Amino acid sequence: MENTKQKTFELSVRSTTEELSAIRDFIRQSISPAGITDEAMDKIILAVDEASTNVVKHAYHYAKDKEIKIQLELKSESCVVTITDFGDSFDPNEIPQPNMKQYLEEKRVGGLGLYLMRTLMDEVQYTSYDGKYNKLVLIKKISA
Amino acid sequence: MSEFFTNLKENGTVNIVELGGYLDAHTAPQLENVFSDLIKSKRFNVVVNFEQLNYISSAGLGVFMAFIETMRENSGDIKLAAMKPNVYNIFDLLGFPLLYEIFNSENEAIDKFIKQ
Repeated sequence: MENTKQKTFELSVRSTTEELSAIRDFIRQSISPAGITDEAMDKIILAVDEASTNVVKHAYHYAKDKEIKIQLELKSESCVVTITDFGDSFDPNEIPQPNMKQYLEEKRVGGLGLYLMRTLMDEVQYTSYDGKYNKLVLIKKISA
Repeated sequence: MSEFFTNLKENGTVNIVELGGYLDAHTAPQLENVFSDLIKSKRFNVVVNFEQLNYISSAGLGVFMAFIETMRENSGDIKLAAMKPNVYNIFDLLGFPLLYEIFNSENEAIDKFIKQ
């Protein structure tokens, strides 16, 4: 009965990579009781890690005293994670999907986070609200 | 809490880097330092033993990308070994097996260097 109820969990952390382990623990603890497969849980955790790392690097440029807000919603058929930052925005549509073969041949470093998020999750939506804050929504379908 | 650690061993001309814990954007610089030190001391044959590594993100993968060329230009290599399935899956997802030799065990990776 409880499984069909929507549940929401929230976390607010400082904008530093030191918080990544706390972010991963938060995701794991929030979704563990939902009976999601380990494989799906690993994918969600990695996608949120990549998203948070991008916020630290690209939205806040490593300034440590800013805020990252993470909201996780467990719905009957999906897990929805929303990452909010108050830093610089970007347009993910302007970042092309890398050609991985070419990428590897050029041995480029970095820039894999968004590619991983798109590969690991069913939906990735990014919205910038008038230069005030940005929201990245990651959606993973889960079997009921 | 020790969330990431590295340990360096030698076997003849091969340098073995053991990894453990969580390799992410916070801990990746520790591994970068290990590779930088290896290059400074001109040790270019490297086996990375992943047996105790529980987790890797793209920041961790980037470290291997950053150093592979230098090792190969100096007739060395970075060979990867003993990954847990969840860690291997991330390498595989990004097509890394095309670029790196990945072995089931540390010994197999060392043998490959010796036979080269």
